[in-house]
Amino acid sequence: MSALRQIAFYGKGGIGKSTTSQNTLAALAQMGHRILIVGCDPKADSTRLILHAKAQDTILSLAAAAGSVEDLEIEDVMKIGFADIRCVESGGPEPGVGCAGRGVITSINFLEENGAYEDIDYVSYDVLGDVVCGGFAMPIRENKAQEIYIVMSGEMMAMYAANNIAKGILKYANSGGVRLGGLICNERKTDKELELAENLAQKLGTQLIYFVPRDNIVQHAELRRMSVIEYAPESVQAGHYRALAERIHNNAGKGVIPSPISMDELEDMLMEHGIMQSIDETKVGLTAAELAA
Amino acid sequence: MTQNAEKVIDHFELFRGENYQQMLAEKRQQFENPHDAKRVQEICDWTRSEDYKEKNFAREALTINPAKACQPLGAVFAAVGFEGTIPFVHGSQGCVAYYRSHLSRHFKEPTSCVSSSMTEDAAVFGGLNNMIDGLANTYAMYKPKMIAVSTTCMAEVIGDDLNAFIKTAKEKGSVPNEFDVPFAHTPAFVGSHVTGYDNAMKGILEHFWDGRAGLEPKTERQPTDRINIIGGFDGYTVGNTRELRRILDLMGIGYTILGDASSVFDTPTDGTFRMYDGGTPLKEVADAVHSKATVSMQEFCTEKTLAFIGAHGQAVQAFNHPIGVGATDEVLMALSRLSGRDIPDELALERGRLVDAIADSAAHIHGKKFALYGDPDLTLGLTAFLLELGAEPVHILSTNGGHHWEQKVRALLDGSPFGSEGKVYAGRDLWHMRSLLFTEPVDFLIGNTYGKFLERDSGTPLIRIGFPIFDRHHHHRYPVWGYQGGLNVLVKILDKIFDTMDANTNQPSINDYSYDIIR
Repeated sequence: MSALRQIAFYGKGGIGKSTTSQNTLAALAQMGHRILIVGCDPKADSTRLILHAKAQDTILSLAAAAGSVEDLEIEDVMKIGFADIRCVESGGPEPGVGCAGRGVITSINFLEENGAYEDIDYVSYDVLGDVVCGGFAMPIRENKAQEIYIVMSGEMMAMYAANNIAKGILKYANSGGVRLGGLICNERKTDKELELAENLAQKLGTQLIYFVPRDNIVQHAELRRMSVIEYAPESVQAGHYRALAERIHNNAGKGVIPSPISMDELEDMLMEHGIMQSIDETKVGLTAAELAA
Repeated sequence: MTQNAEKVIDHFELFRGENYQQMLAEKRQQFENPHDAKRVQEICDWTRSEDYKEKNFAREALTINPAKACQPLGAVFAAVGFEGTIPFVHGSQGCVAYYRSHLSRHFKEPTSCVSSSMTEDAAVFGGLNNMIDGLANTYAMYKPKMIAVSTTCMAEVIGDDLNAFIKTAKEKGSVPNEFDVPFAHTPAFVGSHVTGYDNAMKGILEHFWDGRAGLEPKTERQPTDRINIIGGFDGYTVGNTRELRRILDLMGIGYTILGDASSVFDTPTDGTFRMYDGGTPLKEVADAVHSKATVSMQEFCTEKTLAFIGAHGQAVQAFNHPIGVGATDEVLMALSRLSGRDIPDELALERGRLVDAIADSAAHIHGKKFALYGDPDLTLGLTAFLLELGAEPVHILSTNGGHHWEQKVRALLDGSPFGSEGKVYAGRDLWHMRSLLFTEPVDFLIGNTYGKFLERDSGTPLIRIGFPIFDRHHHHRYPVWGYQGGLNVLVKILDKIFDTMDANTNQPSINDYSYDIIR
């Protein structure tokens, strides 16, 4: 058995993190790796394409029903899906109450203490939008994920989020072993997207691991709650995900300590690429009508 | 109503005076909107009924008087057992005041422990700065040899990462890089003080055995003949640790007590204040990895710790707060087997004396029914001893006992004719125990100081064994382990039996016909 490799996918909400990660992991599973997915997002959709399920029963919802986490057994929370991928969802409270971050800590502790990581080659954490509190940084603490892959696109806010996540990684990189594995650009068809993604990767001191082109087949597969790897294994898109999986697999131990940039530098970068015009400060805050007048 | 400085009346007497009585009655009438006494009595009687018991045991979302404390209390207890070590609790200040007062009220000794004093801003931004400043202050002011960090609820909910924080604090110069700062995450809302003890003990061993936080390579184990002993969270730690030392010395075994709080909780008054007294030398802690075996006196206090030690290649063995002849026999035989040393005649004589004492008193203990509650290991140890004495443990309750504990108690009960009426209550609280004392009464109750109110309510005489004991002094100085310890527990039980007997036969020719002075 090879040493356990732990990776995590982070990125702005709605960027396609869960879709990208599940497709990539499905491809890794087909390459013969034994995989465990740990969904760390209260909306619990990190495993639906693997399990063909609307939403998996989460550790925290089962714990709430049973009385406490200590009353759960690992079999209660772990489901087996496509290509024998093991799936768990940490889950979390209803929006607006409780503490989702603590939920992530509780769930990961439960999994570790109950032997969920035994006989596994890969553990993948799928973590919500942004590193908003200590709980969501749990997967990047000591002895957890070795590399983080940030899913982003050419949109300004996605790059902003990617930069923020890099700050989170930097915080833990010196004390623990976590590294930035690279950026995965999920194409949105924005202007000069590839160039921008490569440039951001360079500024963060990392690499663009893969540029995943936009293809509607992902939607088709997703509506059927399947990964493209399973739904249309011969498709071009499935080939892209396999190539991405290959790169991630070969990227073991090649992660870096990121060098996040400031908001000004980020804006400068957009300007360099002509996405944003240099700002005339006198025009900030004026509506289109006012500018035309 | 006012006090006279010439003759100050104690509060016991003061409020019984006419003035106070009148004032309290008026207050009740005018401000407390009281129900009439008959109705109060009616409800009170109902809470003692079978009907109420059923409702009480159907309770799901409420705990009343749990017989357990929280993780950091156990972590603090574990930490003070090491040479020059100050426990540092990362979190809010009030929590730490609780651990200090709780331990001090039991042991009647000061308990040194610091807090990182997190406040609202720390809850929002994380407690890193509190860790940096806190470690620096602690190191400068209290000059410890080691700072053992644990956490309260607050730090755990916001997910503060101790490993990263301590490294950062060292980089910022709070303490020298080579200074020992082991840590354990001890969320108070998970498990109980025994879990916290386990986590802290494992954290400290992990620190010394697995490379002192990256300062050294992981220690290569070179097995020796020594034996490590871990006592677990124990209200009798002063007496028990000294008794264990005496036994191990008699047997000629080379040993290390991992976590020895016997001096810090029993420091002599000789004119010199010692913030730290005794404790396991840090060098010995580091060397303990080489020992042949580790014996834990309390299985449920050391579940993770023993797994960790076992993974380092040592033989491990756990007991359940062993009390009495059979339990002590097992400990001595295990020590003998692990060390290759014989059990000396002196201990065999002590065994004989305990057996003799039990036989002398058997007539009074035989068939007496007991209810008992406490930590998982202690209740196991006491149940075994009661069965050995021919007493009948009827209700055995542990708030922090789980399924595994329940099975172990069941097995003990099933193994003895005196256990046939025994019922086991895992995860239940003292309000459950109150119902049981009314619906299925017993002769005696064994528990900690909080049992005082159950005794008052139900009239069941309380034998104080457990933690905390706030309202009797110095019990912690006497062992309950070893044959000597068994004798102490026997005497505690007997004293209460005879006191109760005397209290029930104290009116000549009414309830006392034989004028016994001999029991």
